[in-house]
Amino acid sequence: MSGHFIIDGRTIPFRAGQTIMEAAADAGVYIPHLCHRPGYTPHGSCKLCTVDVDGRPASACTAKAQEGSIVENDTPALNDDRRALTEMLFVEGNHICPACEKTGDCQLQAVAYHLKLVSYRFDHFYPARGVDASHPDILLDRNRCILCDLCVRASRDVDGKNVFEIGHRGIRSRVIVNAASGRLADTDIDVSDAAVRVCPVGAILIKRRAFAVPIGKRTYDLKSVAEVAIEEVRAQREDEGG
Amino acid sequence: MAERKLRVATTSLAGCFGCHMSLLDIDERLFDLVQVVEFDRSPLTDIKHCGPCDLGLIEGGVCNAENVHVLREFRENCRILVAVGACAITGGVPALRNNIDLWDCFREVYQYEAGTAKGVLPNDPELPLPFDKVRPIYEVVHVDYYLPGCPPSADVFWKFVTDLVAGREPTLDREMLRYD
Amino acid sequence: MTHDEVATACALRHGRSPTKLLQVLRDVQAALGHLGADAIDAVARALGLPRVRVEATATFYHLLHAESHGVYEILFSDNIIDHMQGKNELLEYMCERMWLAPERVSEDGLVYVGSTSDIGLGDQGPAALVNGAPLPLLDHNRLDLIAGLIRNQKPLSEWPPMLFEVATNIRRGDVLLAEPHAPGSSVARVLEIGPQGMLEDLERASPRGRGGAGFKTAVKWAACRAAPGSARYVICNADEGEPGTFKDRVLLQAHADLVFDGMTVAARVVGAAHGILYLRGEYLFLVDALEAVLQRRRDDGLLGNRILGEPGFDFDIGIELGAGAYICGEESALIESAEGKAGRPRNRPPFPVTCGYLGQPTVVDNVETFACTAKIAVRGGAWFAAIGTPESTGTKLLSVSGDCARPGVYEYPFGVSVRRVLADCGAKRPHAVQVGGPSGTCLSWREFDRRIAFEDVPTAGAFMVFGRERDMFEVARNFTHFFAHESCGFCTPCRVGTSLLSNHMDKLAAGKGSAHDLTQMQRLMHIMLTMSHCGLGHTAAKPVVETMEKFPETYERRLQALDYEPAFDVDGALETARQITGRDDAFAHVDEDRS
Repeated sequence: MSGHFIIDGRTIPFRAGQTIMEAAADAGVYIPHLCHRPGYTPHGSCKLCTVDVDGRPASACTAKAQEGSIVENDTPALNDDRRALTEMLFVEGNHICPACEKTGDCQLQAVAYHLKLVSYRFDHFYPARGVDASHPDILLDRNRCILCDLCVRASRDVDGKNVFEIGHRGIRSRVIVNAASGRLADTDIDVSDAAVRVCPVGAILIKRRAFAVPIGKRTYDLKSVAEVAIEEVRAQREDEGG
Repeated sequence: MAERKLRVATTSLAGCFGCHMSLLDIDERLFDLVQVVEFDRSPLTDIKHCGPCDLGLIEGGVCNAENVHVLREFRENCRILVAVGACAITGGVPALRNNIDLWDCFREVYQYEAGTAKGVLPNDPELPLPFDKVRPIYEVVHVDYYLPGCPPSADVFWKFVTDLVAGREPTLDREMLRYD
Repeated sequence: MTHDEVATACALRHGRSPTKLLQVLRDVQAALGHLGADAIDAVARALGLPRVRVEATATFYHLLHAESHGVYEILFSDNIIDHMQGKNELLEYMCERMWLAPERVSEDGLVYVGSTSDIGLGDQGPAALVNGAPLPLLDHNRLDLIAGLIRNQKPLSEWPPMLFEVATNIRRGDVLLAEPHAPGSSVARVLEIGPQGMLEDLERASPRGRGGAGFKTAVKWAACRAAPGSARYVICNADEGEPGTFKDRVLLQAHADLVFDGMTVAARVVGAAHGILYLRGEYLFLVDALEAVLQRRRDDGLLGNRILGEPGFDFDIGIELGAGAYICGEESALIESAEGKAGRPRNRPPFPVTCGYLGQPTVVDNVETFACTAKIAVRGGAWFAAIGTPESTGTKLLSVSGDCARPGVYEYPFGVSVRRVLADCGAKRPHAVQVGGPSGTCLSWREFDRRIAFEDVPTAGAFMVFGRERDMFEVARNFTHFFAHESCGFCTPCRVGTSLLSNHMDKLAAGKGSAHDLTQMQRLMHIMLTMSHCGLGHTAAKPVVETMEKFPETYERRLQALDYEPAFDVDGALETARQITGRDDAFAHVDEDRS
């Protein structure tokens, strides 16, 4: 079933089986997100893409587009909630931008800019989930992880390897790796794996690349997170020959 | 009659004075600034204690006992208190030690490092005693405004102060918002 | 035996099926004492799974642990009712007797004492589990006895049986608990009237799910029956984890046949060949008796192939155990868990009736719901619909605990007033009742005329009574910690929100609360309610919201007059440095009064 629905007053088309997120992106409408990535199985965990569908909250990345439904996305109330959610992610981990190589390329940071997160009200957790520098080419800093599950999906579905999983539960949840030693060096991960490059934050980094692109010239220094997200979807559609 | 000048105090707690340097980067606008503000306690004046002020700008997080005393003094005296820069807002680079046990910090610095007198841990009462974790200032006192950045750019300072002087609610443009 | 031999033996017991990972892990831990890295490796090899998947499951469940918990592991039930009955004092007493610190195994590796979420013995607390076995009605005398048994290293089989005696405490029975039921009578009846006839009866009876959500059972069964699939499954949700609830335990203790009859009726209606009783890990002690009932039913032709001689009516039930995760009471998390994974709720739709266990159409119903359907099969839909209220047909089992003379299970027709229940259980100067557990509703004394029914006060069954001397702030704080402990961690609002909220409650409890905290708590509660992935996150803030509204004085009393107070102990955060430097001068402190 294909059809149309309305998002922020604008009528946009959708194809059968598309989620609200996919249909919106095809129409050039950005819905903030972190755990979603085009081409990956939707996860629905970060909840940043929460929209109002006919008056009820739903995750745009997992909810299927429905004929005639009225979706609210870019509203002050929803963006206030998303800002609070982003703040919760910042205080949960150790997100110290000046000390992180990912700055300027980090989606968490870029989404926070988009939502204009300026002030903090929640206390920091300063977790000690461990840093794994054992691998010669790859660094894993669990304290910067936002538990988006993208590396888990990339390793399993793209690389066919099962290097990562989310272990433990609740606030103690953390990424675990496929080795009895618990060390990344003892897994079969390779620097060319999709799982290494998919991380939206500075939790999984390729070593010795820190300043290949200088600060000020990085992805989100040049473009907003909304522009980048829409361009990514366009590029993917062109790859598909659409 | 000229309007009363805005009285401003500034300090750096667990910071690097980079935010202060950035404030000075407003360059020739400094001349305009001193027409509308006057400085109380600040590295610029060498006044040792903060008196009643309209505005307090705090750079750096809270890493030791002295920081708390200074921060409380600012909060008591400043009508508006501002967290300036990444360290005041998140703990910043000094907070990278939050994952390291304080005992290990001391041992590493004073016992294992080459060139230190083995076994002597400094205990002079004049030395500020460090907390087990570095914290942003809003976790210790109420903060009214935040200026992100490492450091916030000169334009951020200028926008904030001019908004305030003009009686506008201070806001940051999207382009001015940076955490690094 | 090597780890590999143990793991292989346990895996074989479960058909080497990766979907039985949780069951295998439980068995391996029972054999080895804990699930260390070697054990995880061995299980991964035995089941042919990536080790990281095994570790993800093993680390999710509270009752599984990577480090040794000694020869004797004692876990005190941590619900507010246990607290009111002296849980903390008893736990400390036990630790002193055994010379150990809580949550840490003793130096000789003999014993571990810790806490765990409510174990379903609220009517006979304070209670604990020792190596998974229940220890109700704890007091100093019993703990002295237990301490001696542990010190002499007596195996549990040699402990006095009275220590483990769990009463059913049925105080008031109605159609489920008081009327006799002939095992298999429901199954015979459904063979007589056929699946369609049964569905019609079910529609007439109009029962709604007893697990709390209140979904119409007839709609669920009909949808599952109509859904395309290569197999269908019937799952009984016996993961009774809501603090204060224990009526499912009593049903399974005293009326297991009624429940299994209901499951078999469901199997006939939807066309399922496999049933699972998903039993919470804390109810391990029920397994032997339940297995015996299942075996008797097989012997009597009520399970297995050609049930009651009917060609093609093949159905059997297996028991699967949880391992300490409240979230597995959510049906899609339960299915994930039954498939051997961490119990994280799925994205819905699709719902289990079309895409459930192993991706096939699945009926998941509460223990009590199956008991109701068994009765409906025998007595007919009209009979059932005449009980209760028009919107809430039938009866409801209530697990009554707290400040009352006669805690236990009470069965009433729907529509009974809270006041009536309070009178029947001998409530002592009742001030508030938490109906339906932490995720339910907090009623103050002003609301005791309200009625237990889906249209008024819906409930999964908990009924916790709080007398006038109880502090409702502390009740809410206990529930907030419960939710933080039980959050699966999947979504941001619940994972971070439950922890932030319980931190704020602790700050208020420490007398450091301010208006600032209340503002932040309001923000959090809104985010959790509107943005969480599942019911746990949606309801986790409810105890705070309701007690703030109904007992505002308990919060106001705790607020400082100040605008702002730090959450952490500012002077205390200098203690490590004081120890390192040996300083205690005025500058080594930041107390307002000292420095």
